[in-house]
Amino acid sequence: MFQVRIHGRGGQGVVTGAEMLSIAAFLEGRHAQAFPSFGSERTGAPVVAFCRIADKEIRLREPVMEPDALIIQDATLLHQIDVFAGLSPNGYVVLNTNRSFEELGLGELFKRFRPERLITVSATDLSFKYVNRNAPNVPMLGAFAAASGLISLKSVEAAIREKFSGKVAEGNIAAATEAYNIALAAKEAAHA
Amino acid sequence: MLKQCEGSHAVAEAVALSRPEVICAYPISPQTHIVEGLGEMVKAGEIKDCEYINVESEFAAMSVAIGSSAAGARTYTATASQGLLFMVEAVYNASGLGLPIVMTVANRAIGAPINIWNDHSDSMSQRDCGWIQIFAETNQEAADLHIQAFKLAEELSLPVMVCMDGFILTHAYERVDIPTQEQVDKFLPPYSPRQILDPAAPVSIGAMVGPEAFSEVRYLAHAKQMQALELIPKISKEFEEIFGRNSGGLVRPYMLEDAETVVIALGSVLGTIKDTIDEMRADGISIGVLGINSFRPFPVSAIRRALSHAKRIVVLEKSLAVGIGGIVATDVRMALDGLDKRIYTVVAGLGGRNITRSSLHRVFRMAMHDQLEALHFLDLDWNIVNKEVDRERTTRRSGPIAENILRDLGQTKSNVG
Repeated sequence: MFQVRIHGRGGQGVVTGAEMLSIAAFLEGRHAQAFPSFGSERTGAPVVAFCRIADKEIRLREPVMEPDALIIQDATLLHQIDVFAGLSPNGYVVLNTNRSFEELGLGELFKRFRPERLITVSATDLSFKYVNRNAPNVPMLGAFAAASGLISLKSVEAAIREKFSGKVAEGNIAAATEAYNIALAAKEAAHA
Repeated sequence: MLKQCEGSHAVAEAVALSRPEVICAYPISPQTHIVEGLGEMVKAGEIKDCEYINVESEFAAMSVAIGSSAAGARTYTATASQGLLFMVEAVYNASGLGLPIVMTVANRAIGAPINIWNDHSDSMSQRDCGWIQIFAETNQEAADLHIQAFKLAEELSLPVMVCMDGFILTHAYERVDIPTQEQVDKFLPPYSPRQILDPAAPVSIGAMVGPEAFSEVRYLAHAKQMQALELIPKISKEFEEIFGRNSGGLVRPYMLEDAETVVIALGSVLGTIKDTIDEMRADGISIGVLGINSFRPFPVSAIRRALSHAKRIVVLEKSLAVGIGGIVATDVRMALDGLDKRIYTVVAGLGGRNITRSSLHRVFRMAMHDQLEALHFLDLDWNIVNKEVDRERTTRRSGPIAENILRDLGQTKSNVG
């Protein structure tokens, strides 16, 4: 079972992101479960959502406490909550920022985790570029697909089309694709 | 067709496939997505010959449901928590009148203190209201149970409450096989009422009955619920024949045959319990779980039979009967009357507290070694409790408990996550 925890703020599509990830995995014939950490969500408040992916029925209903991957949609959360709590030493981190981990003072992450699995992507910029609003959830999924190799970009596109239609869907697909390519290049550079 | 969708959406689709004629509801979290979904389907003309009635409150929702069901319409509503409490007078009337309304309760705690999260307090508060109460373990089962519920309700002429964990199920995306209209039509015949308000053949429904016959009417309500003990497994079997999967029934055993320790629970927590039991079995521990699907009627014989080999029982429930302890546990004790078995009550998951495998491992192992107290509150934070107890002992005007505790915790609003 592969467990993903998504951190963000109310209004950034955190829950929708987890749902789309589960749809993408489902479309690849896998079992998937997505759910939010329930609360009185408010715009700007910290929000967490989870997604589990497995090859058999998922019965577990506890929150994801030991994630295999973290998708962090808002870098300002790093100072507010321990987003890295429970992350597996082999875990993936996809962080939405236009700075580097070192610039954010997170250089020590490279000692705790595998550097080639730590990816940054300017998802907010990409969402403004393609859908003209702060919706980093979709490009983050594109970056996650590249970083983890767990789901294909094609499945992410199909999941986007289940949630959105028309121009919004096309814009989001373009954003996810660019994020995917950025993350793929970063991953390959780390391996080189 | 297999779909990856939200639990609420799956339930809305299952209800729509059941060809309801009247849907009346007042939105309340975590039920909202179900009735919103149905409202959209009615508006789009996807549900034929169905009227969606926006009402001004839950009391009105159940009152309209009573009226439409008495007029011969297949009727559906949904609620949760305070909404269920607000409609209670009409809830009792619906069952007393024998009207086969189907209602989803998206289980949520009851205030005060205000809490929008999941537990079973709402449904449990209505355990004696005369409705059949069935609990879903997964979103697939929640969808399936709604289709079964209409059949069960209409065959007995009794209302059925389908209970599903609020948020944990209603807001979870998972794989659900949504049946075809042909399958549902084959399983569920059109509603043929036992009693109907028909201008062509006028009757009145809702007579006043005095001491001369009130007990007899009440006895018949009980006898009718007892019939459901036969009907629920039968309907579950018919369902399996048409839809090809097992859903519903009275109880659901897992790893039970040789289990010395047996856990009893209801609803979605059964999944986490099963995973925990698999891990404990791998360590050679003799443990299993019995899920209760039908809480009303309470399947006394089925439970007694299933637990015949068990040495000890751990009833894990998301509800609390203040002043005595467990609600489910009290009924289980009755089912096991005269048998020599230890019975532990574990109150867990109140107001949305997460029930984790690690906590379950701990409490099940304590029970296994008979080190558990008769009534245990899972993961209770004694620091919080003792601080308030101290305050009340030392200060007369100690103030409101909830506010005191939040101040102790250093937060003015509940934390998320």
